[in-house]
Amino acid sequence: MSTELPESPPAPPEVSQDASSSAPSRRTFIATTAVGGAVVAGGLIAGPSVFGAEPAEAVDAPPSSRVSLTVNGERRTVTVDNRTSLLDLVREHLGLTGSKKGCNAGACGACTVLVDGRRVNSCLTLAVRLEGAEVITIEGLSKGERLHPLQQAFIDQDAFQCGYCTSGQIMSGVGCIDEGHTGSPEEIREFMSGNICRCGAYVKIVRAVEQAAHGN
Amino acid sequence: MHPFSYTKAADTREALDAGRAGGRYIAGGTTLVDLMRETVERPHTLVDISALPLREITVTRRGGLRIGALVRMSQAAAHRGVRALFPVISQALELSASAQLRNMATIGGNIMQRTRCTYFRDVTAACNKREPGSGCAALHGVNRTHAILGTSDDCVATHPSDVAVAFTALEATVHLLGPDGERTVPFADFLLKPGSTPHREQALRRGELITAVEIPALPRPLKSGYLKVRDRQSYEFALTSAAVALHISGGVIHEAKVAAGGVGTVPWKLPAVERELIGRRPSDALWAKAAERAAEGARPLEHNGFKVELLKRTVERQLRVVGGGK
Repeated sequence: MSTELPESPPAPPEVSQDASSSAPSRRTFIATTAVGGAVVAGGLIAGPSVFGAEPAEAVDAPPSSRVSLTVNGERRTVTVDNRTSLLDLVREHLGLTGSKKGCNAGACGACTVLVDGRRVNSCLTLAVRLEGAEVITIEGLSKGERLHPLQQAFIDQDAFQCGYCTSGQIMSGVGCIDEGHTGSPEEIREFMSGNICRCGAYVKIVRAVEQAAHGN
Repeated sequence: MHPFSYTKAADTREALDAGRAGGRYIAGGTTLVDLMRETVERPHTLVDISALPLREITVTRRGGLRIGALVRMSQAAAHRGVRALFPVISQALELSASAQLRNMATIGGNIMQRTRCTYFRDVTAACNKREPGSGCAALHGVNRTHAILGTSDDCVATHPSDVAVAFTALEATVHLLGPDGERTVPFADFLLKPGSTPHREQALRRGELITAVEIPALPRPLKSGYLKVRDRQSYEFALTSAAVALHISGGVIHEAKVAAGGVGTVPWKLPAVERELIGRRPSDALWAKAAERAAEGARPLEHNGFKVELLKRTVERQLRVVGGGK
């Protein structure tokens, strides 16, 4: 799954022309290319581009904006390509890789975070729209070494197998509990249905949400 | 995703100016951002309208409801007035999408959302809605989930909204604000059937904003509810659905408002079913007789013939749930 920081294959100025042979790791590659809008222009010239139909316009750097928001209690000011999702912002700009990219289309819930206290799909949230927003990701849930009750409940109930959906499940569960939709296992299932678990750990996920909501 | 400029409108005037200049309004963004990523949507400018004062839900003097365009789906679903006056609206909302999406998506954006037809979303497929004149891959393609009512040779895509089905049943009006001022459009005229211009989906003029959806007052007591039938139990679009509101007094049905979803190119009002009900006494026999008329005019495609019978049964069951069985 590609990020949109930038979307086209870039050739960042930090990397010299012969650097392609040095085979950077996926994460270094993404981290290097995600530094800012300035690197993008070179990339658009260098690589095959989705904007190939308009080469004359494509040499301009895509529009970017400056946005200030709070992530896990820390004030952050970043300049982002307008296309950047909140998910790509936290993962690729801020290094918070707990939030996962599953479908990148709002269909799986792996990217769930809290924005101003509400659970949302960060993959469908444009970072540029978050001026002044307060974002909580899975990394911001614990109090130091003390896990959030729902994190502890996921461990107690063994509510995961591969773990890829887990951070989204937990963030969504926190929202579900805050909203008060934990009256029954059926209600939890309905209000957690935006989080897909391909391992099928649903029974234990529901138990974990129940444990955190009702302390049993 | 193609690059775009971004501007946040501080007030309605700024929004209208940007809209008139060709900017695309964004509210919750759950459909638009998704489709931009698929390059189905390619706006050059996004106009963020989230700061506009359109977040109120008000109960009107006679017991109707006015829902601001920027009210989030989750807010509208949880609102006490909505739940008390029109359970069909809160149920339709809570059976839509996921909790996360309902926290993002707005009422105005919900009725603007675009079809889930897979050919529409696939930029390599023929689609008259996305690319006028390119043809319709669904017409003779994999069309199990497509429409059986209101279709044309150019488009058979369903409208995906649930709450729009409730709005259609209740005969809501859409409040609009444009460069030339305010106007209201009946919900039935707001969403357009495809005909030969499936790319035209709403009766919106250039730069117009949705400001609210208004539900007219109906005689009380009013019972209402929404039934959604789908391939999985939750977080899925409707195969068929039914929105029903009944005013029963003295053992006789005096008002009946019925519409169906998942079957039409627009939410499908069922006046023939309503006529069967009005002036009669609730009974299982009546529900069955009225529901028999639900699929009148249906034109099933190769893979969605099952929707004809499923629609009748969906309507019958929801009439019984709302009106009571005997």
